[in-house]
Formats: sequence, C-alpha cells, structure tokens
Amino acid sequence: MPDAIIQIKDLSIDLSGNEILKGVSMNIGAGEYISIIGPNGAGKTTLVKCIAGIYTDWRGAITIDGKSFADHGSKTLAKLQSYVPQAEGRSTPLTVEEFVTMGRYPHLSAFTSLKSEDYDAVGKAIESAGLTEFRHRKLNTLSGGERQMAFIAAALAQETKILLLDEPSTFLDYRHQANVAALLKKSCRENGITVVAVHHDINTATSSSDRLYAIKDGAIAFSGTPAETADSALLGSIYGTEFRCTPSPDRPLPYVISGGAL
Amino acid sequence: MKKPILPLLILFLLAGVALFVSPLFGMKFIPYNAAGQERDILLNIRVPRVLCAFMAGAMLSLSGMSFQALFRNPLATPFTLGVSSGAALGASIFIRLGLTFSFLGISGTSLAAFGGALLSVWLVYGLTKLKGGFSTPTLLLAGIAISFFFSSLILFIQYVSGLTHSFRIVHWMMGTVATADFGKLLNLLPFFGIGSLLLAFLHREMNLFMVGEDIAVSRGVNVGLVKKLIFLASSLMVGGVVAVCGPIGFVGMMSPHICRMLVGADHRYLMPASLLFGGLFLAFCDTLSRTLIAPAEIPVGVLTALLGGPFFIWLLLNRKGDLEL
Repeated sequence: MPDAIIQIKDLSIDLSGNEILKGVSMNIGAGEYISIIGPNGAGKTTLVKCIAGIYTDWRGAITIDGKSFADHGSKTLAKLQSYVPQAEGRSTPLTVEEFVTMGRYPHLSAFTSLKSEDYDAVGKAIESAGLTEFRHRKLNTLSGGERQMAFIAAALAQETKILLLDEPSTFLDYRHQANVAALLKKSCRENGITVVAVHHDINTATSSSDRLYAIKDGAIAFSGTPAETADSALLGSIYGTEFRCTPSPDRPLPYVISGGAL
Repeated sequence: MKKPILPLLILFLLAGVALFVSPLFGMKFIPYNAAGQERDILLNIRVPRVLCAFMAGAMLSLSGMSFQALFRNPLATPFTLGVSSGAALGASIFIRLGLTFSFLGISGTSLAAFGGALLSVWLVYGLTKLKGGFSTPTLLLAGIAISFFFSSLILFIQYVSGLTHSFRIVHWMMGTVATADFGKLLNLLPFFGIGSLLLAFLHREMNLFMVGEDIAVSRGVNVGLVKKLIFLASSLMVGGVVAVCGPIGFVGMMSPHICRMLVGADHRYLMPASLLFGGLFLAFCDTLSRTLIAPAEIPVGVLTALLGGPFFIWLLLNRKGDLEL
C-alpha cells in the first residue's frame, strides 16, 4: 500500500446520546479508491462527516496527509480534501457556474477576485461533469442527477488530493449512475485523486474500488479487496439478508444479487 | 461569466433619483429653490428624513438577506425571528431606566438595542439548532415565541411608564422615521457602515452557508467565526435601525426576495442589490406615509406591514415542499 494519506485511529463518536462509531481504524493510501459499504444506520455517513471535518466532537485520532485538523486549519484542509454530501433534495437558487465557483473558496482570499486559474478550474470541472449546457441554470431547476453532478463538479473545482463522497449515485437513474462512476474512476486513475465513497450498490463499489470497508453497528466488520468482498456468505452476515453471486459476462468479478429481494 | 450588471445599474439610478426627489414631497410640495422657512423644512427635516429612511431600509434589507442565508429560509427576517423585538426591548429598557450615556458618540439607546438584537439572534439560533434544523415550522415558532415574550416585556415596561412616556413608546413601536434629523442620521451611520462592510467581505461565505453548513465546512470556511461575524453584523444593523426608527417590519423579507429574482442568489450581486432596493423601498414607503393622508401621517411601519403581510402569505402559499431560498 502506498503512503497513507488518511489515517484513522480508534475513532468513536456519540450523536444525541448514541454511540454511532465505536473505535474505527483505517489507513487509506494516496491515490486509492476506497468504498465504504454497510447497512443503513451503520455509521457510514457519520464516518465520512468525521473525516470531512463536519463532525468535530469525536474521540480518537484522524490525520490527513500526516497532520491533524487543528494543525491544518480550515482553508489548508479544504485545499487537501473536498466533500460531496448525500443528495437529499437540497437545492439553492445559485446557478451551476456560481455554485461550482464556490468550490474555489479555499484558494481565494477575501479581498481578491477570481484569477484565470480559478476560471480554468471551474470550466474544467463543469465540462468533466457534463454540465456545460447547464452552466447558467439554477440548481433548483435541475434534475436530481444533474444536481448531483454539480455537487461533484464543485468538489472537483476545489482541486484537492482527496475526494470524499456520501452515496454519490443513490437516487440517480442508470445514465447518471454510470456518469458518476466513470467520473470518479477517471479522477482516481488518471488524476491520482484519492477517492473515499460510501456506496449502497455493492456492484458499483466492487467494480470501482481498490479496497472496501464494511461498517456494521459502528465498527469495521470487514475490509478487503473487491474479489474478497464479492462473497455471498460475507455480505449476508454484514447486511443480514441473503445474497447470491453469479459470474458476470463482462468482468472477472462475480456479480452480486441480493437474494432476499427476489 | 454572466453578470447581472443592468438590474444593478437600474437600481442604482432609481435610488439616486428617489433620494433626490423624495424630499420634495410631504405635507406640502417644496421645490429645491424654496427660501426661508420652507427651505429649512426641506433641508433640515425632509432631507435627513429621506436619508434616514433609505439607510434604515438598506440595513433591514441586508440583515434580512444575511439571516436568510444563514438559516437557509426565506422567512427568516429580523421581524419574524424576534430580533426586532429583542432590539426594541433593549431600547425600551434603556429609555425607561432614563439612562443617557453614550459611547464614542453612539447613543446608548442604539447600543442597548444592539444588545437586545444579539440576545434574540443567539436565542433563536440556539433553539432551532437544539431542534436539529432550520425547518420553517421550528424557525417560525422559535421566532414567534421570542417575539411574544419580548413584546410582553415591552408592554409591561409601557404599563409601568407614565402616560406621555408610554404614548411615545407606542408610537415608536409602530416604526417611524418621522423624528429623523441629522443627529439620528449620524447615529445610524456607524451601524450601517460596520454592518454592511462586514457583510461585503463575507459574500462568498454567505453563498456557502446558503447551500449548507457542511458544504461551508468542507470548502474551508471557518464556520464558527464567520457565523458569529454575520450575526454580529446583522444584529448591529437591526439594533441601529430599531433604536432610531422602531421595529419596521417586512422590509427585510420582501427586499432580498425581490432582489433574488432581479439579480440571482450570488451574494456578490445580491448584497448591493438588497442594499439599494431596501433603501429605495423604505424611502418610497416613507414618502407615501407623508403624503397619503396629508396633513396627517401614517407610521411607515404600518405601511410596510400592510404590504408585507400579504407578501408573507404569498411566500407561504408558493412554497415547494419546505421553503427554498
């Protein structure tokens, strides 16, 4: 494994009196694509929010690029990592361009205006997210899929080494799911960005990731490669429902089908 | 980049025209070349009054705009959040106690109003945060609760005051710029200056807050500090206005909302637009209040409330799901 860019040690957190994470430790290497899977309420979102610096009231240790949050300061940290929240229908009347431009925030100072490198980054992010034609549309007039692409574009415009995403493709239609998956894969493989994504769909997770962590009841239940994860007995114990694995026509990994739903 | 320069320019010109033309109207039309007593009335009463109305409107509008960004709710305004009542309570206590100190030339009433405003912002924010979010019901209920509580305290202060005193409080509570003079203008100025400068530097942060606090954090905003600065700036402005003009309602709700339709939601443009529109709007309403039933006057707060009530209902009826900015 390459040098760890995110190190988490014994991370625990209580939210409104409940212990949500119970001593989570993980090391994420620079340039890795890491998926976090697990049942609802396991603590996946909480974990990502802790890494993103949104929750601050935790115990344990998190270091990003070798330094703690306090040593980084809010703007330097934001130059290192960006975050895409769960798409929960949140919207604003900002246009796509205005919103993506906000991704440049950590690179700006209060008294200067945007420079050409900022416009370049914004343009590139909008283009790679396939939003060029929506540039001047307001976020609250876009479809869920387009809006999600705008959130990812804003995170890309931030030009960080790490990209944290919370269920980037849940609630999206097939085309947008494929677009999101392709964009994240490209960011990781071609631009060397470390991607940490919560995924609900096991097949998306296994096909994109280098490694996966499964969280259950606030602790890491399993970690391993996609091949190790695509195992019906293992997934069954994590999710508490039946799974079947069948050979996939177009990839070496088996395809996972949740048996309970069939 | 597509910039809404034209609407801003038009607002700017309109504001200029309004500032120049409004002083002419009142109980009686007085042209700029008038002489003697009329000239006195024009220059020493009407001109400061119009300027006062403009500045107060701008301040109310800006504070409404920043509350709406921070609470991510178009119904968050100095009035609905109970911040105006808090400021009014602060000022009433100060007046009732007969205190007369001032600090750096700023009247104690204004400072007391600022303190009251700050207290209510803190209470409302704490209450909604405790309930886990800025949903419209929580926000409005918290605002109403605080507003009622402070208003009752003001009523109590009125009750234990003498007749003339309580009449003055009642009149002031309706919201008026009728007593404005250059002294009061000077009293507004520091609150306007500091408040609007602070907000001008925080336009990017307000954009991010409008999307969500988590997004603001992940973009590198020092959330704790910036939030305090924005609350400070808006409380300064509400306190400053309430001390001089009383709680004038609904400007802080209508003006930013209309401006968002004119120039969009980017605070870089929304801020100057809200400033100009709010000022323009209150200066216009005050001109109406001087002329509609001349020689008598309608308190301008009554007029803005008459316009604002229906607007508020329109906003409520037009919401898609939960209210969106």
